[in-house]
Amino acid sequence: MSILVDNDTKLVVQGLTGREGSFHGNRNKEYGTNLVAGVTPGKGGTDVDGTPIFDTVDEAVRATGANTSMVFVPPRFAADAILESHDSGIDVIVAITEGVPAMDMARTVSHLRCGVNGTTLIGPNCPGVISPGKANVGIIPGEICEPGPIGLVSRSGTLTYQIVHELSQRDFGQSTCVGIGGDPIPGSNFIDLFEEFEADPETELVVMVGEIGGDAEERAAEWAKDNMDTPIVAYIAGLTAPPGKRMGHAGAIVSGSKGTAKAKIEALEAAGIRVGKNPTEVAEIVAELRAG
Amino acid sequence: MDLFEYQGKELLRKFEVPVPEGRVAGNPEEAAEAARSLGGKVVVKAQVQVGGRGKAGGIKLAASPDEAKKMAGQILGMDIKGHTVKRVLIERAGDISSEYYFSLLVDRSARDFLGLMSAKGGVDIEEVSESDPEAIARVHIDPLLGISDFHARELVFGSKIEPKARTEALAIIPKLYKAFVGLDASLIEVNPMVLTGEGRVIALDAKVTIDDSADYRHQSFAELKSAHEIPEQERLAKEKGLNFIKLEGDVGIIGNGAGLVMSTLDVVKAAGGEPANFLDVGGGAGAELLSNALEVITSDGGVKSVLVNIFGGITRCDLVAEGIIDAFNRLDMKVPVVVRLDGTNAEKGRKLLSDAPHDNLLAADTMLGAAEKVVALSHASHAKDG
Repeated sequence: MSILVDNDTKLVVQGLTGREGSFHGNRNKEYGTNLVAGVTPGKGGTDVDGTPIFDTVDEAVRATGANTSMVFVPPRFAADAILESHDSGIDVIVAITEGVPAMDMARTVSHLRCGVNGTTLIGPNCPGVISPGKANVGIIPGEICEPGPIGLVSRSGTLTYQIVHELSQRDFGQSTCVGIGGDPIPGSNFIDLFEEFEADPETELVVMVGEIGGDAEERAAEWAKDNMDTPIVAYIAGLTAPPGKRMGHAGAIVSGSKGTAKAKIEALEAAGIRVGKNPTEVAEIVAELRAG
Repeated sequence: MDLFEYQGKELLRKFEVPVPEGRVAGNPEEAAEAARSLGGKVVVKAQVQVGGRGKAGGIKLAASPDEAKKMAGQILGMDIKGHTVKRVLIERAGDISSEYYFSLLVDRSARDFLGLMSAKGGVDIEEVSESDPEAIARVHIDPLLGISDFHARELVFGSKIEPKARTEALAIIPKLYKAFVGLDASLIEVNPMVLTGEGRVIALDAKVTIDDSADYRHQSFAELKSAHEIPEQERLAKEKGLNFIKLEGDVGIIGNGAGLVMSTLDVVKAAGGEPANFLDVGGGAGAELLSNALEVITSDGGVKSVLVNIFGGITRCDLVAEGIIDAFNRLDMKVPVVVRLDGTNAEKGRKLLSDAPHDNLLAADTMLGAAEKVVALSHASHAKDG
């Protein structure tokens, strides 16, 4: 097994006719993901390299049975695209778009959490989700991943690749790698993914990759202490980040004494979670735990 | 972005939040003029985006326009925690009977909005939160439903502000909420909100943080932002589409993706070096962007060595290598550059670099190895200089 995406995934890409959308949509398809449709209002009836385009997600779902969507539309249309997928009964929405206003996400996430349709939203501002050997929905390079028992959840993109690479090099394959994104209000947080991984019999160890800003890592540590049997290894980026500076991601900011890497590491260690000092050490700790 | 107090108040006024009458001044003469128009007795307030200006001597009372001129002369140009005061806000002075605290913010963990209010205002709220958490009333607001009257009541009654301040406070809170949503703010902090001698409740201070992602909805924000000076190097980087933050050290850092760059800063620091900057070229960077990134970094004469740490996903390592070589051909590169490439087309990129005829261009196999190498080079450069 794995979580969120697998061989049953039927993917619709919102914005498949765009430059980025078609590039990554086709890459996902080449990886083996079942790409069934694209949606671009006004371009229904056309196709992108053989993938049919629809005007609305609802049409795409009815015609193809799509159950997963990837959002690749510009920031100002992203909340609308997410809500459209939700309304059309999509199970998993992966929003890649960066720069969605927090106000839009606050409302959208609030609506999704009412839970009527049971939709899971990953992102926005995230690299996506990959279950190696099964399906890739997003921009994570498939070639660095290998199937295996490690679940990975991260607020970052390329840093995730670095850690996956370190794991794969040591032959620790992954069940699913999830980038939850670097925004202040993500659709899913660490705890949501911990719950998924804990319930997945194939995931035997979870690696979490956090960074400065907010208190999602602290809360996840607290939650894991009482609810997780699966061992966790963590990494936190931004020990040297100065307060008050936004380090690239909209959510990566130390405010006053809040959200520092040091506080997060302390909270994780207090919950019995081992924290690697750098990506290489994370893989070394994983090796140690797997050997023991 | 954090707005200046005077900018925040101007915006709040549009949402009918009562704020003191005031004018902004850039020199002592303007300050005197502003004081005259406000009736003489004024407060002169340094406009800086950092807390604790009062303690630092950045807020002063003036009894006359002449005194306002003198105070402004003292405050303008002052350095408050690394921020130079370029403007002062001149406000009509009034009687203050009590000081309260109020704020509205995006609550990241609850993924909703949070309102806070306390009868203990005018002081550092983080300290109150530590020493007397009961003194702060908190209420979560569903972003979909918005504020309801009971939210305001919970804040006003829960914070135990004086009964005579209740009616006006209850009226101001929905206006502040309207401003919060209408401005795409991530924070509105009014500290203090005061009860005046005349029994009015007003926002005596205002800290407003706006969400840069929502700029497209607010044409007027571009003008507000033009009042904020950004360092030359940062401006240059932004023009070229790079995400750059200046830091204190001498090891230049370039990477792709914010998380990887943060992590690179950390490993350089752990190896005994001091990062000179944060520079993220973003996803899918081509040769030109890399070449520009090196140009921006080396425009700082204090940089002794540079680390380029790329993990290619959408970014192609061969293009990265081409960009680095272009920078070497185009610029007079005096400092050594250590390059670590992995991911998409890494082999091709490494080959391009090893074939390039530049002694100062060095390859590293791993992220940690690259960090050690670049730190050793910066230390060696210091030994040579010293």
